[in-house]
Formats: sequence, C-alpha cells, structure tokens
Amino acid sequence: MSSPETWTHPEPGAVPAATAAQPTPEQVIAGLRATTEGGIELTQLLTPEGERVASPIFDGFVSDIGAEQLRGLYRDMVLVRRADREGNALQRQGQLGIWVPLLGQEAAQIGSGRALRPTDMAFPSYREHGVAWARGVDLKDIFGIFRCTDQGSWDFQGSRLHPYTIVIGNQVVNAVGYAMGQKFDGKVGNASHEDTAADSDEATITYFGDGATSQGDVHEGFVWSSVYDAPVVFFCQNNQWAISEPTERQSRLPLYQRARGYGFPGVRVDGNDVLACLAVTRWALHTCRNGNGPVLIEAFTYRMDAHTTSDDPTRYRLSEELEVWRLKDPIERVRAHLTRTEGADQEFFDAVDAEADEFAVELRDYCVNMPDPPPERIFSNVYAEPSPALDAQRDSYLSYLAGFESTAGEG
Amino acid sequence: MTTTAESTTTTSQDETTRMTMAVAMNSALDLALDGDEKVILLGEDIADPAGGVLKVTRGLSSKYGTGRVRATPISETAIIGTAIGAALAGYRPVAEIMFMDFMGVCLDQITNHAAKLRYMSGGHSTIPITIRTTVGEQRFGAQHSQSLEAWFMHTPGIKVVMPSTAIEAKGLLASCVADDDPCLFIENVRLAFSQKQEVPVGDYRIPLGEADVKRPGADLSVITYGPAVHTALATAETLADEGIDLEVVDLRTLIPLDMASVMDSVAKTRKAIVLHDATTFCGPGAEIAARITEELFGKLDAPVKRLGAGYHPAPYAPSGLSYLPTSDELADTARELLGY
Repeated sequence: MSSPETWTHPEPGAVPAATAAQPTPEQVIAGLRATTEGGIELTQLLTPEGERVASPIFDGFVSDIGAEQLRGLYRDMVLVRRADREGNALQRQGQLGIWVPLLGQEAAQIGSGRALRPTDMAFPSYREHGVAWARGVDLKDIFGIFRCTDQGSWDFQGSRLHPYTIVIGNQVVNAVGYAMGQKFDGKVGNASHEDTAADSDEATITYFGDGATSQGDVHEGFVWSSVYDAPVVFFCQNNQWAISEPTERQSRLPLYQRARGYGFPGVRVDGNDVLACLAVTRWALHTCRNGNGPVLIEAFTYRMDAHTTSDDPTRYRLSEELEVWRLKDPIERVRAHLTRTEGADQEFFDAVDAEADEFAVELRDYCVNMPDPPPERIFSNVYAEPSPALDAQRDSYLSYLAGFESTAGEG
Repeated sequence: MTTTAESTTTTSQDETTRMTMAVAMNSALDLALDGDEKVILLGEDIADPAGGVLKVTRGLSSKYGTGRVRATPISETAIIGTAIGAALAGYRPVAEIMFMDFMGVCLDQITNHAAKLRYMSGGHSTIPITIRTTVGEQRFGAQHSQSLEAWFMHTPGIKVVMPSTAIEAKGLLASCVADDDPCLFIENVRLAFSQKQEVPVGDYRIPLGEADVKRPGADLSVITYGPAVHTALATAETLADEGIDLEVVDLRTLIPLDMASVMDSVAKTRKAIVLHDATTFCGPGAEIAARITEELFGKLDAPVKRLGAGYHPAPYAPSGLSYLPTSDELADTARELLGY
C-alpha cells in the first residue's frame, strides 16, 4: 500500500503521484480508496467490534458520555436511519420526487450534530438529515423538500440550521461569513482559561463532502477563515464517492492534510464512530470558540446507498466494497459496545426499534397527506416589500385558477 | 466588538457642497457606517491607503477601522459568499466587486444564494447586502469593459441600480444599503469624476424604483439610464435647434423597473428610443421596447427603436473609436422616427 509520502514524492522512475493514488484491486476490496484509512491517522474511540479505544487527546471531550448518553446517541442513529429508509421507500412508491440517502453516515452526522450548542450555527449541504434531527428540525420539514412542497422554510434562526444548499460547496463561504460575524460580534474567546469556553462563545460548522473539496468556494472558504481567524469547523464527510467519482479523482492527499496548507489543524476521524465524531467535533468547536479556529475535520465514512434515488451505484462500484463497509456499521458498533458493557439490554433495543417503526408510520402518514402549498406562495417572499410586478403576476394566476373553480361549479 | 464611531460632522438638513460622484458615494457610505453599526464594507483594496481603485472608500477604514472596512483576499466568490453569511449573522454588508467583468466569478453566490434565500426560506432569511461594482471603462477590451446589467435583470430577488449623476449616486446608494433585499449598485467610471454637482452633505435618500424625467419634451421619449443619460441630454440640445423636443427619462433603477413612468412619457410623445451601453441584442432595451409595444401599440406613431452596444465582445477602443451608441446615432434615429 502506498503512503502519502510516495504520492507526493514518487520515487525516481515511479508512476506519477495521481496515478499512484489510484487504489489497487486489493485496496478496493479492503474498502480502502486513495486515502488510507487505518493507523495513527484515524481517530477512533469505538472499534467496529464495539471496543473502547483510549485517546489521550480526545477522551476528555467525552468524559461525560456514559451508558445513558450512549443509549441516546444509539437512539438518534436508529431513528434517523429509519427515517432515511422510509424516505427511500416513499420515493420508490412515487410519494417523494427524490430522496438523498444518508445510510452509513449516521455516526458522522449525529456525533457532530450533538456536539453543537444551541447557539452554534450549522450550514448543511443536502444530505444532512441527521444533523437536522440533532438541531431539532422536524424531519417532516425535510420530507417537504423532497416532496417538492417546500424549499427549507424552517425557522433557521431558531434551529440554527441554514436551509439545505443544492449547489456543491457554496454554503462553505456563507458559513465563513457567518463565523466572521460571530467573531466580530465578540462571541469568541471570552473564556478566562483556554480549557473552558464562555457561555456566550459561539462557533459555526459547515458540512460538505469529498467531492465538494474540489470546488473553488471551499478553497476560498479555507483561505478566508484562516486569514480572519473565523470560528468555523469544516466538517467534510468523506463518503468515498461523489456520485460515480471516487475520492482519488478529487485529491492525491488524504483530505484532512489539506488544512496544513491553509495554516489550520486538520483531523481525520472514523466517521462511522459516533463517539469519536462527537469528541473530535467538540474539540474543534471548543478550539473555534476560544478563537483558535478554523478546523478541518475529515469524517472517514462510506455512502452505503446511492447518491440519490436517481443514481444506481451498482454500475460503478464493487459489491465487495459495500460488504467490507457493512462490517463497520455505525449503529452496530454502539449496540455491540452497549451489550458488551451491559449498558443496555434487549428490552432497550426492542423499545428503540418499536419507536423507530412508530416514527416511520408518523412520517409516512404526514408525507402522503402533506398539503400542497398555496399557489400564491409562488409569488411570495421574492422581495422584502410588495412588488407591483409580482403582485400583478399573482393576481393574474389566481384569477386563472379561479376560472377552473367556476367551471367545475357549473359542471 | 463593533462600536459606532463618533459622528464628526453635524450638518443642517439643507446644507450642500460640490461633490464628484465618487465623493458623493463616499459620503453615502460614510453616513451609513456612522448611522448603523451593522454596516460593514468588504472588497479588494478598499481599505486605506489604497481606498479603493476609484477612491470611493477613501478614508473609511481609517475612520471606522479595518474590522468594519475590510480589504479582503482576492476571491470574488468569497466576497459575496461571506457577505451573505455576515448578513445572516445580522450584518448589513456592502461588498465591492472591482469591475463588473469579474461578476462571473461570483455569479453563483449572487443569483443562487443572495437572490433566492428569502424565497427558499419562506421569508426567514433576509440578505440585506449591497454589491457595488463598476462599468464604463471603454479602453481596455473584452474582459474589462462590459455593461452586464441584463444578466442580473434576469434574476428575481435582487435589485439593480445605475445612477447617472452625483446627487442620485448618493441618494440611491444610501437607499441600497438601507434596503432589506440584495442590491446591485453599478457605478460608471467615466461619470465617477466627470459628474460634479451640489450634493446634500447629510443623510439623503432616493427611493428605489422611481424613474426621473431629466428633460421634459413633447416629440419623442428617450428611455435611458447611467452614462447614456448624458448622451441623450446632449443630443436633446442639438435637436432642439432643429425644433425637435426630446424627453429624456432616466430609469435610475432597472429592478424595480418603473414602467409606469415610461408609459406616461411614451403615451404623451407616441415615439420612443431606448438607449444604453449594454448590448442592443437581449439588452434591457429589448424588454422595455417590448413592453411599450404591448401596452401602447395603438398609440404609437413609430416603431420603438433600441440603441446599444453591438453584439460582439468589447473591443480595445482607443480614443476616437466608440462601440457605444453616440449622440450622432441617437440624433439620426430620432430624426428617422420623427419622419413617420
């Protein structure tokens, strides 16, 4: 297996670095892409088998997480996965226009999402249903986006979750601007000691994927956050695939190493380990709140399903790769740990499963009965103040629709 | 922390002084920074000692600090993208894109984010940003001389403003900064220093979306904005000697577009020419001419004509060569229409 050193500095006569970064068939089958997974590079607190691994750096950030809290994280992940599977099924049944699965990324999203304070701000892309859950956004609002009845009209100032962004990577610069505002507001670095953070201190987190790291917006966000010391955590979910393009098409180097070039810390965390994601994100947010941001986190995970319901990954990736990642499932390792440590019994797991089924029924009932938005919404909130041009369009359209009603009445 | 700087000037409501358009815009920004601690400025080279390439922001970073008046990295996408983020955090940013030709770099942030977030969020997100940029450099060719306002007129959710005089530059810029929607404020480099007049020293605003009749006339309406207003006014003087009485309507803002004033003028004169520096083909004049024809067809005495730049990239244009509509062309077109 090649190491980062050989990718950037190939031996004389060796193949060019980008070519060397392409995985061997053995690496593909082993679940490894251009970026190697294991070794000291990866922060992991729970192994796939559910064993707790000590981390001198990060243990202190989850010292409050006992069995009860782990059960909570387990429940979060099970409910979010159940909602995700329901979304997928509803799309297949024609009830949703499209669905963007998060399957496999529950730990990255719940771990990081639960690390946030209510006053922190989050800028998601479009796959962050788990982050939305952690932020307290009703997942029914998320289903509205995919049933095409709403475009993200939850109260973002209340939930501190910006609407989903469809264009790849753009939300990263918006997040940096928000974080610059937090810093300029004096909401950074108010603690008397760097081990603590003041209640008034805030940070921003932004989510994007491995594919987005090739976007100019993301690089500009890195530059600006570094020169302005913006309190922003760049949370990259490296799920190995940007639709059909593997990570080695985006980078020679492990993505977290890019941070060094911009002058801030980069950390790679096991993205299927909810405890490690929680610890590393808490550390990163703490660093930002104390005025030492930004931070890049690469959550090394795997997109277990398609890019969206419009995509068929069997055309471009090997089923063996999926099988290897299935063994690293984010929910199973917590279940194994809770079982091993007697932190939960079968009754608990059964209760969570039953709650998940009820949740799915609730979402389904809401989804299929979701009212269409009123037609005047087409013309609403384009500008802050009423616009004669838009008002005229609205009146004309409503009058046109009213014509059908009178025809129906006569019929 | 932000602090509101002590106001160093106290002026009566009516006091005026002679200002160039550049100084008038500086005055508008100064008063905005002074009056609202949430107003911040972002852009390349806008801090002192540079003070902006047209010196529009001169002195402001010295007065309000480099926290509120920031010379930024050279990243147009991030200038607009962070302005949007700062707006979400409660600020009222004024972002500068040095030349309009560079707008392509940040077009996504303007059209997909700034313009649409209010709509997509059901009114929860407000993006009160002002984007200042410049046009009208006629000499430097295809990547430095374009008048691209039509790009932005295609995008619902933003306002587009283009002043022709110093006093209006101040009044309209102040209104843009105070507006709760994203506003694109287009400055013309030729006018920035050539336009001088008495301008109110204190807070002064002109509502967005109101055209101004710069010269009343009976025979033909010239619908125009920005630097072409001055071409139209000069032409009107020439034609007055021939007994032709032009009315010159300065739109001042392109979005919202004050079509009511346009219709009032053309209903009276029954003849219209739309004049601008943007390309004639698919330029703002295409929309305006079509609307005039749709609404006033039976009242028109002549076809509505458009005069703008040719449909080619901006050439290098040494002095004496103009690819923009000239006073002579406007006069000839006016005479042609008067012949119907």
